[in-house]
Amino acid sequence: MHEMSLCEGVLKILEQNACTQGYRRVKTVWLEIGVLSCVEPEAMRFSFDLVMDGSLAEGATLEIVRMPGEAWCMQCARTVKVNQRYDACPDCGGYQLQVTTGDEMRIKELEVE
Amino acid sequence: MCSVCGCGEGETRIEGHEYEHTHDHGHDHHHHRHHHDGHTHDYGLGPAHAHAPGLSQSRMVRIEKDILGKNNEYAKANRGYFASHGILALNLVSSPGSGKTSLLTRTIDDLKSDLSLAVIEGDQQTANDAERIRATGVKALQINTGKGCHLDAHMIGHALDGLAPEDGSVLFIENVGNLVCPAAFDLGEAHKVAILSVTEGEDKPIKYPDMFHAADLMILNKVDLLPYLDFDVDKCIDYARRVNPGIKVLQLSATRGEGLETWYQWVWATRQVSLIGHPSLADSA
Repeated sequence: MHEMSLCEGVLKILEQNACTQGYRRVKTVWLEIGVLSCVEPEAMRFSFDLVMDGSLAEGATLEIVRMPGEAWCMQCARTVKVNQRYDACPDCGGYQLQVTTGDEMRIKELEVE
Repeated sequence: MCSVCGCGEGETRIEGHEYEHTHDHGHDHHHHRHHHDGHTHDYGLGPAHAHAPGLSQSRMVRIEKDILGKNNEYAKANRGYFASHGILALNLVSSPGSGKTSLLTRTIDDLKSDLSLAVIEGDQQTANDAERIRATGVKALQINTGKGCHLDAHMIGHALDGLAPEDGSVLFIENVGNLVCPAAFDLGEAHKVAILSVTEGEDKPIKYPDMFHAADLMILNKVDLLPYLDFDVDKCIDYARRVNPGIKVLQLSATRGEGLETWYQWVWATRQVSLIGHPSLADSA
């Protein structure tokens, strides 16, 4: 359940930005979660409500934007789509892949007041 | 733990540190942390000021911040500390029961006369492992994560204050037995070392791909038991390479001693790299 710690990380960022961005309440949080990141969206939703309870983001809506996975295949020398870390290259079947996107865990934007 | 990067933060205990956080996990949460940061802002508890009826004050704010950003900052600070002291930090990760602590105690017994060593032990409860290590005469410090499932970089930073490993030493960080959560948390280590015993499934590298992707070295432990098992070593290595083409693999038995020499060679060679820029520490075993 590291999603719980990740949500606490989100709350910390919300609190820190409240000073600099001048808001008092957070109504919606958009998170970009890559399909290759180690985050389970359902566990994230579950933890989010618990962690935000009693904070400036109590009752806030969580919107999770799934980011597709892409990797550079060294054999084909081009970018291919991957859904898991252990996926083979869809063209050559090799595993010499370097993930380029899809492992992000980022707060994208907020709706605040 | 006052940082956000530790789950179960109210229950984390680091030996030698007085962290007696007794707040319950709920309403006092962010106040507690704000107190820690020296802020006294009160967010959203009073009525919104200057709120015109029927007029929404909502607006959008772009943030673009990495959720693990805070942990990564602590990890960077730890990495800086290790680099400036010529310390090789290794983060040992595995599922429970893979023989991590046995490998560690055996390694300490075999290397302590030639190398300066220190250990940070992470477990949910008990200081048993740190006591086991201290019995070997090596500095060790226990972190109990309470309900937490992993060590984070902030805990390590505090542990370093108490442990004070010697310059040029090798620091083993034994993470909580868990193949999932510790993968995401950089501690500032030079390498993650994943230990997998052959009594587990050979497909663990693809069942827990994040961990084997994050590790630079995979140790297959308990190979003395292979004759009694159906474990396919080649298949396991093949799976590990699928998630991490660059992963190195060593096969050994921590209890029988088979293959340990290759592990020690790896530790020595890796330590040499961490000593680059510290010529005076090269002989300070």
